[in-house]
Amino acid sequence: MTVQSLPRHDVDLMVIGTGLAGMAAAAMAVRRGLSVALAGTSGESVYASGLLDLLAVHPVKDGRLWDDPFAALAALAADEPGHPYARLDRPGIEAAFAAFTAFLGEIGLDYHGHDGKNAMVLTPVGTIKHTYRVPAGMWAADAGIRTTPPALIVDFYGLKGFSSAQIAQTAGVFWPGLAHVRLPFPGGRPAPYPEPMALALESHKTRQELAKALSPHLRGREMVGFPAVLGIYRTRETLAALSELLGTPVFEIPTIPPAVTGLRLKAAFEEAMPERGVVTFFQKLVLGVRAEADGFACDVGWSSAEAQVRARGVILATGRFFGKGLVPHRKGVIEPLFGLPVVQPAARSQWHRDRMFDPAGHPINRAGLMTDDRFRPLWADGQPAFDGLYAVGSILAGHDWTRQKCGAGLALATAYAAVEDFAGRR
Amino acid sequence: MRTTVLIIGGGVTGAGLARDLALRGVACVLVDKQDVNAGASGGNHGLLHSGARYVGSDPMAARECREEGDILRRIAPHCIEDTGGLFVAVCGDGESYIADFPGLCAKSGITATSLDVKTARDMEPALSDRLIAAYAVADASVDPFKLSLDNIGQATAHGARFLPWTQVVGFRLDAGRIRAAILRDAATGREYELEVSLVVNAAGAWAGRVAALAGPHVDLVFSKGTLLVTQSRITDRVVNRLRPATDADILVPGGTVSILGTTSVRIPDPDDCRPTIAEVDQIIDEGAAMVPELNSTRYIRAYSGVRPLFGKTSAGSGDRAVSRGFALLDHARDGVENFLTITGGKLTTYRLMAEKAADLVCAKLGVDAPCLTATTVMPPYAGGRWTEPGLAPRRWLKATDPTDSILCECEMVSKSVVDDIVRTMPPQSPGYTLVSIGLRSRIGKGPCQGGFCSIRVTGHLYDTDVVQGDQGLAEIRRFLDERWRGVHPILFDFPLLQAEFQEAVHCGLFGLELVLENGNGKGGE
Repeated sequence: MTVQSLPRHDVDLMVIGTGLAGMAAAAMAVRRGLSVALAGTSGESVYASGLLDLLAVHPVKDGRLWDDPFAALAALAADEPGHPYARLDRPGIEAAFAAFTAFLGEIGLDYHGHDGKNAMVLTPVGTIKHTYRVPAGMWAADAGIRTTPPALIVDFYGLKGFSSAQIAQTAGVFWPGLAHVRLPFPGGRPAPYPEPMALALESHKTRQELAKALSPHLRGREMVGFPAVLGIYRTRETLAALSELLGTPVFEIPTIPPAVTGLRLKAAFEEAMPERGVVTFFQKLVLGVRAEADGFACDVGWSSAEAQVRARGVILATGRFFGKGLVPHRKGVIEPLFGLPVVQPAARSQWHRDRMFDPAGHPINRAGLMTDDRFRPLWADGQPAFDGLYAVGSILAGHDWTRQKCGAGLALATAYAAVEDFAGRR
Repeated sequence: MRTTVLIIGGGVTGAGLARDLALRGVACVLVDKQDVNAGASGGNHGLLHSGARYVGSDPMAARECREEGDILRRIAPHCIEDTGGLFVAVCGDGESYIADFPGLCAKSGITATSLDVKTARDMEPALSDRLIAAYAVADASVDPFKLSLDNIGQATAHGARFLPWTQVVGFRLDAGRIRAAILRDAATGREYELEVSLVVNAAGAWAGRVAALAGPHVDLVFSKGTLLVTQSRITDRVVNRLRPATDADILVPGGTVSILGTTSVRIPDPDDCRPTIAEVDQIIDEGAAMVPELNSTRYIRAYSGVRPLFGKTSAGSGDRAVSRGFALLDHARDGVENFLTITGGKLTTYRLMAEKAADLVCAKLGVDAPCLTATTVMPPYAGGRWTEPGLAPRRWLKATDPTDSILCECEMVSKSVVDDIVRTMPPQSPGYTLVSIGLRSRIGKGPCQGGFCSIRVTGHLYDTDVVQGDQGLAEIRRFLDERWRGVHPILFDFPLLQAEFQEAVHCGLFGLELVLENGNGKGGE
């Protein structure tokens, strides 16, 4: 097949990457009336916990936790002027969260949170995760951790990597009197992974059987925690129905990724994007990009080009190492698509510290692309690489999202800023 | 508490000595400040030398290797994979060493069969096309963990006791004799006395420190050797570079992986023994001359062992030239009547070292009992068998028990295997359980390097009441920190992606780094 015969699409904006940053950029661009194409393997989104962090820890080396993420942001911006957040203001970040959670609500995924305050949810190892916006299914955990009512943690025979005994005992340090029970999964089918369990619980009959099996364990229990298996495509209904059957608030605890929490996002998103007119290339990559006078020509495909997208602007949301936006070779880190310069430690010996849990975090995790205030990546001489090229999310230099607990916020807020900048130029 | 002989150091020497004494009917207690093979015994190639490696530098060691290799094949065949070995030279390697090699082998009674280069490359297609000479020898690979565990297993079956995570922190001496050792439990810090008739210091690189607790000075220097584990098995046989021993010139297959090494770097402190990035780069570059695939293959981890070298205080380049023979010291000459140190030596000749030490112990105790270790078959010990790659998956597939789910998906280790290990291992202090299970199995040794299995195994330990309270957090941390030592120097390409993902889960989602700083709780302002 020659290049001329490939299907061709002309759009305003090409979004490369289908993680949270790519999803957010595409959703926000549609909302601004832009025509959008989107490509990415979308595989990584199944690793998402579904939680939307803003900022919970600063400075990283002190492990200081903040209730008020915006107070933390002010401190971070002052201490780390190279952090992507230092280029953003509170109204922009709040607008990004509002726009994205509204979009998620439209596609059936409700989110909750406190005004200007971080929430708390339980993790599968019995620790507390501090985050900003919480899927409806996990929301009751926040009140649970704060008021510590007598509660029951449930798990199922055969479900791997999730032990209600572990959670009840470990979280017992701050939430005394947690009981736990392990039940056969209703219907008795062997379902060792969360996904089939979550699908089964979308059926009313399965939920009734579960409620019946649980009833002897509920006496005096004011709240019930489950692994995050309460539905995939119909979580709203599944959660409400189970809570009503049990007569108590219920909450989900994330399972080890890849998990249903990520699958929900992926499934709802992949359904919603084409419906909103986005030209989608799921499970495809942008194999090459050429800058042209009025924009970019992108070859999209898997092993070879299957389509060409011409776009006035490109948002690079390909992630860091796991997303393959940055490639860490033995001799150094590269950005493979545009060949953009990557800010990185001088030698591989400085990439990581000697201990995995070193409080200071690993320098390689702050590697990434330098941008201007509009999130346009720069060449080494400090000039924007291309006028219409933006970089958003974890590919940016200067953050440590796993330690700062800022991954989602970074994705949403930088995607929002880039889309606003691009839309404003029309 | 009291015993006849206290053995300090749970490496293969201490384990072999415990077996030797137990078979002679001498009561003994074996302690280690960590667990089995925490030092050099766990940080080597797992190579059962034919002896050919030493024919040029140390003919005596070469002969001992040959003889001990034959004995081990008889008494513990289940610890050995009889792979055979090759010595190969590539363009640029010294001609005179190649020419002398067959004659030196013959002189030490070691069979080395000359192969033409094409035959060698047919046997091992991964070998370089720049090969100029090749010999076949009787090298084999040996599982050092299984070997130590089986020695301990037979020792305990004959009345010995093994106390891991137990450090000797002092001795009570009286009139030139050690009356008791003061032991400390690593986790609880509790100290107690063990009354003894005789003490053998088999603490390897730490032997100098242990000896100093009783007074005597043992002069050791430390040579670090770093090795790399590949994700897949590169060759069927052991491949040695046919040249005087130097860095990165041995590739040893072990089950589903290959092990490449080693370096030899003088270090000041045996506790400061970890693989470095510079060593990793050097090993890859050197190894690739023999087997080019080593340039592009995926590595799983790196690890280091520290060789204690006796009586070699002057700094110099000659650590490899020093005999890898062992030292057996009777500290009576230092004024402590009932105290011995045994240090140095090779994995291949551990049994012989233990025999010599036990002979001296028995002479000093007035025990008249012959050594039985060369003739007594060493049965596989139940708790020692799960270090073998492929065994856990075979058993799991055969048993087809739907409730026996796989906890470690990389190496396919199921719940029942973990239960088996927990049942057969000595009681563990809180926080050390997962590391100890890891030592006795393949858990954490696959591509995920513990990211997933640490969580699943810990959950299972809660389900079975082995772990309580919030102890699991310390279990996971210690296990991952231990794995990190090995992955840290090879974090590029895919392993770095894996590490980033692991950090996203264990720090990003679980916040384990915060728990370690702040304790498990609500935190915040």
